Amino acid sequence: MKTKIFPIFLIITFSIIFYVFYKGLQNSNIYTPEIKSEIKIPSFEAKEFFSKDNVNSDQIFIGSEYYLLNIWASWCIPCKEEHKYLMDLSKKENIKIIGQNYKDNFVNAKNFLIKLDNPYDLIFSDNDGTIAIEWGAYGVPESFLIKNNQIIKKIIGPLNEKLFSEIKELTQ
Amino acid sequence: MNILKLLITVIFLINFFSSDLKAKNLGTEITKNLRCLICQGQSVYDSDSEFANSLKILVEKKLDDGLSEKQVYDYLKNKYGDWILYDPGFNKNTYFLWLLPILMFVFGGAIILRKVILKK
Repeated sequence: MKTKIFPIFLIITFSIIFYVFYKGLQNSNIYTPEIKSEIKIPSFEAKEFFSKDNVNSDQIFIGSEYYLLNIWASWCIPCKEEHKYLMDLSKKENIKIIGQNYKDNFVNAKNFLIKLDNPYDLIFSDNDGTIAIEWGAYGVPESFLIKNNQIIKKIIGPLNEKLFSEIKELTQ
Repeated sequence: MNILKLLITVIFLINFFSSDLKAKNLGTEITKNLRCLICQGQSVYDSDSEFANSLKILVEKKLDDGLSEKQVYDYLKNKYGDWILYDPGFNKNTYFLWLLPILMFVFGGAIILRKVILKK
């Protein structure tokens, strides 16, 4: 009896191990932070991009309007791809686009806006990248849709056609 | 000869314990326990990516603001989830991870115990 249980046990154990590892092969090994929605926006202080005046986050996100915070940089190639969607969104009345210039050179960033046009209602600088961490972001570009001081949608990576229409629907 | 060896050992040990172990600061300790999300598999301390460099600055800032080590961890966990910590706390997502070694130990012990009893 004892000699029979052991091989069966062994086979079952190895089958389970095989199954677990086989399943694991298909999983992505790149982790992206869970997208928690309905969280409060962080409070921070930053410098306005053009005037270099101090701005506080509660002076930027006021009232119950929709805001789209977009983290961008002139050195970021995907930012160029999503630029046309931001331009389109800037034409909408009920949404304000706030730019966060991430670790950028002022002259390069300014040229970027001159060349591709400026979709932002306000831009502030994030020279050491610490404000991006306050938002829970870890790269560029990233966008946050905000209403009533709550993040209602977080977008990692550039905007595309699908996300663009999703934002349009959410802000109807 | 033996005295010389002993002397070298003593000098070595003294140097070892009085080296920069004390010079380490809390910020370094914390960033060593943080996973860089861009270059996964590296700690924030080891990494030189944009994200890691900003995080190093932020940790120092938070410590200057008077936050404790635990508060800094909680702050980052709240923003990025458990994954950012190399030493995750005990909760409903990690209990299997923490209990598995104990489970295996108990299970293995039971097998050995059975073998010994059966032999007798």
